Amino acid sequence: MTQRAIITGVADTAVGDLPGSSCMGLHAEAASRALADAGLKPSEVDGVLCAYSFTEPHLMLASVFCEYFGIQPAYSAAIHAGGATGCIMVMQAAALVEAGLCRHVLVVAGDNRLSGLSRDKAVATLSEVGHPQFERPFGVTIPALYGLVAQAYMHRYGATPEHLAAMAVNSRTHAMRNPGAQMRKPITVAEVLASRFIAEPLRLLDCCLISDGGAALVVSAADAARDTAKRGVAVLGTGQKNTHEHLVAAPSLTEFGCRDSAVQAFGRAGITAAEIDVAEIYDSFTITLLIELESIGFFEKGEAGPAALAGALDLGGRLPCNTHGGLMSYAHSGAAGGLFHVTEAVRQLRGETEARQVPDAELAFVHGDGGILSAHCSLVLGRR
Amino acid sequence: MTDKPLPVPNADTKEFWEGCAQGELRLQRCRACGAAQFPPRALCATCHASSPVWERASGRGRIVSHTRVHRPPSPAFKADVPYSVALVALEEGPRLMVTLRGGAEPRIGDAVRVGFDPPAGPDGIALPHAIILEAP
Ligand SMILES: [Zn+2]
Repeated sequence: MTQRAIITGVADTAVGDLPGSSCMGLHAEAASRALADAGLKPSEVDGVLCAYSFTEPHLMLASVFCEYFGIQPAYSAAIHAGGATGCIMVMQAAALVEAGLCRHVLVVAGDNRLSGLSRDKAVATLSEVGHPQFERPFGVTIPALYGLVAQAYMHRYGATPEHLAAMAVNSRTHAMRNPGAQMRKPITVAEVLASRFIAEPLRLLDCCLISDGGAALVVSAADAARDTAKRGVAVLGTGQKNTHEHLVAAPSLTEFGCRDSAVQAFGRAGITAAEIDVAEIYDSFTITLLIELESIGFFEKGEAGPAALAGALDLGGRLPCNTHGGLMSYAHSGAAGGLFHVTEAVRQLRGETEARQVPDAELAFVHGDGGILSAHCSLVLGRR
Repeated sequence: MTDKPLPVPNADTKEFWEGCAQGELRLQRCRACGAAQFPPRALCATCHASSPVWERASGRGRIVSHTRVHRPPSPAFKADVPYSVALVALEEGPRLMVTLRGGAEPRIGDAVRVGFDPPAGPDGIALPHAIILEAP
């Protein structure tokens, strides 16, 4: 049987407002630190996976990065799948090392989306995911498209604005324990519900941040992982499901591919959702997280909101979730946003997360979602 | 405002936008499996048979979701905020995105009739909108 791929190094750069940063500079910093974490030299990297950038867009971002960083790996490619990209890069890296094509794959993403773009430009660029003829002409933003999902899901399963707000409050509660997080001021459900509407029913505090930052990790073949510096974390299971790109063509407004993606990942890992100790789940909006929690099977339909209000997603709760603070309170800098969920899961499994540590975490679940709940990728990671 | 992102019709969508400009909502229907489809494509996305044919749709449907947008995607939409956008499930099956007009407070399940904005831009694009029908 194939030996599982091992995550041997992880790193985040500083996140938030980083004036003077550049997209490639953030990539290089994250990459150097992840390699140092693994105890590897750049010359030992024989595979590179990159994502995409708003501030330095390029058709061939992996080649751009390798040239900038000064390496010539045997394999490199860039992946574009929105918020699912981080998890998909890890899935792809694991497949490369398990197939024997690479020994150490560097996965890296970053963008200076906050300091390098105006907020208006960032909103406009993100809106381009809408269908050019059948969605964008009606003035929809990504929050508007998720607002449409939220309205339909709340109508179908009885979730309330308070239930959505509980997701944002949970993220902030975790972020307050994370010195690196961009937003650490406490918030309450009432404050979320009093923040201004962006696209009904979603309010400002239902939405993710816009941040500068980068993240990287090294995925190694099992035999190549023996000599690395830290305790490795095994990629026990991976899964993916894409059901549509545009909301007008989505098979359903209330059932999404996260379910099948997670079923694959749990099946390959040979475990169930109930065995997960800590979850890091894509949270571009409060509704994104709520739907994923219920679709993946961590909670019954209609129960994630009440459970979150009762503390189920906090430390000591049934499923500590987004322990770094997630996209709503830690940071969201493009494809690196989805990688932060992975780097946090690895650190939780290594026991390195101090005040926000889930005691004895052995199994972690990570999920990424791109588009409008269009592309999904799930990972099950385990302490080795 | 001039820089709203108006559709640029292509080989797949020309027939649809020509219909809108004539006040007619058109959908494609597969000759092999009978599925109605939108957005338009060169093949049937249900059974993959080629060359679905165009037909006139009823223009009737129900709201399956709606949102009021307060933060627009670009300055071109700023004068319109807040504006309501809906997803409408047409009687024929496919889902259409529209601007909601008429000022009534939308609810999921409301019956609507699709109409068209005046043609605009170099391609004479008449965007579809929906008006909520009075309950009988
Ligand atoms: Zn067909």
